[in-house]
Amino acid sequence: MSFFLAALRRDLLLTFRRRNDIINPLAFFLMVGVLFPLGVSPEASLLAQLAPGVVWVAALLASLLSVDGIFRSDFDDGSLEHMLVSPRSLLLLVLAKVTTHWLISGFCLALVSPVLALMLFLPNEGFAPLVFSLLLGTPTLSLIGAIGAALTVGLRKGGILISLLVLPLYIPVLIFGASSVQAGSIGLPIQGYLALLAAMLVLSIVLAPFAIVAALKISVRS
Amino acid sequence: MGHFASFSDFLQMGKHGLYVWLSYGIGLIVIIYNIWSVYWDRRQFFRQAKRRLKREKRSV
Amino acid sequence: MKIKFPKWFYQLASPRWFYDITSKLLPWFAIAALLLMVIGSVWGLAFAPADYQQGNSFRIIYIHVPTAILAQSCYMLMAIAGGIGLIWKIKVAHVIAKSCAPIGASMAVLALVTGAIWGKPTWGAWWVWDARLTSMLVLFFLYIGVIALTSAFEHIASGDKAAAVLALVGIVNIPIIKYSVEWWNTLHQGATFKVTEKPAMPSEMWIPLLIMIIGFYCFFAVLLMSRARTEVLRRESKTDWVKLLVERY
Repeated sequence: MSFFLAALRRDLLLTFRRRNDIINPLAFFLMVGVLFPLGVSPEASLLAQLAPGVVWVAALLASLLSVDGIFRSDFDDGSLEHMLVSPRSLLLLVLAKVTTHWLISGFCLALVSPVLALMLFLPNEGFAPLVFSLLLGTPTLSLIGAIGAALTVGLRKGGILISLLVLPLYIPVLIFGASSVQAGSIGLPIQGYLALLAAMLVLSIVLAPFAIVAALKISVRS
Repeated sequence: MGHFASFSDFLQMGKHGLYVWLSYGIGLIVIIYNIWSVYWDRRQFFRQAKRRLKREKRSV
Repeated sequence: MKIKFPKWFYQLASPRWFYDITSKLLPWFAIAALLLMVIGSVWGLAFAPADYQQGNSFRIIYIHVPTAILAQSCYMLMAIAGGIGLIWKIKVAHVIAKSCAPIGASMAVLALVTGAIWGKPTWGAWWVWDARLTSMLVLFFLYIGVIALTSAFEHIASGDKAAAVLALVGIVNIPIIKYSVEWWNTLHQGATFKVTEKPAMPSEMWIPLLIMIIGFYCFFAVLLMSRARTEVLRRESKTDWVKLLVERY
């Protein structure tokens, strides 16, 4: 546990040194959200209908955009190689990196999402479901995204490739996340959706680290 | 023949001739494409390998 | 891990043995595929009765269902072969996994296109967000990912392993994706009449379908073996037996 915390501390510290990495996903999130009223229509009733899906898609894309960086700098300066040969638990190390990514992407996005929801006229009942579903759903996105990042970290043209690998796997999270907001905004219970999101999170916490470690080993040795 | 009274009936398929024949046509195209790409891939390999082999022999 | 496998399992690991055995198997599968697919499609097109609801457009089922089944089982095979390659480091397993991807992708495309064409006379639109079509579309995206990842690596062995990991991740996700898409579909579309749902069919309808499915499987076996053979040659091109083959070509 203390190893996990130490690794987490190191990664967070490194991230805070580069403030842009925290601000960029948030700015991207808001900009994507703003494109919809401009591209579709500023009409309140229409936007209110679209809002759950739009906010979720924007959050998903913002999380995807920053996932490429999870292992990038450690790979470039060679420290990833050292981590792979060290006797410490790789699974914990990977979990620490994913947690860092979630804290700077998903967690912050969930906190900012009410602003975007407000601009898109999401009904008041939808705000709490939105924040909770994002808090439960985005860690899964980070875990799945990290698999894609680990697979492509050794390649020069990682960017668009990650999206191809990862986006199809994001679909279940998007479906249940956006549906929970939709259900919540018309006053239906959302516990079921949140339970499903939590189940997917548990499943990916258990399985994804193994895939990430296997992928990192492949990428570093190539 | 079979289910249809005449050959033109067979071609028309009720009102759905276009859809049925379009599906089977595209199906045939995909099948032929798959066979062709296997064939082309194999020929490509042998040509390149032959060229490489000749080069190696000359350089020895 | 100490598991004892039958002898052929270890022999399969030898690329040369694989090349020789498939050259004996190929013609038989090719003949079977040709016969079954011709019989099945003629039977399905000309002799099977029309569906009482959908009329003759239902005959598209004889392409749509076999390709849809094939696209799914091809992904399964690709993931299993990739897993075998990862665990037991068997080269031929990676060759098979790599050869699966383009075939499976083309089958998924065919299933999507025929599904869309089928949708036009029944739903009145070329595309409807039907649960099965949407899952098939996602499956196609998964294939695209695997193909893109394999080709992005310069080092063949790394590309193989990376693709195997991705395929295994995909196989865990496919049931979740299927379930979530089906659930999403019932939520948004209510009870629409599903054409791609297999109706209760009389035997004159499902026997040709069964023939087509087996025929498509044989055709898939032919494509897979021939693709894998070329890939084996390409990877073993420095060995003497391949050089001999090239000289004789």
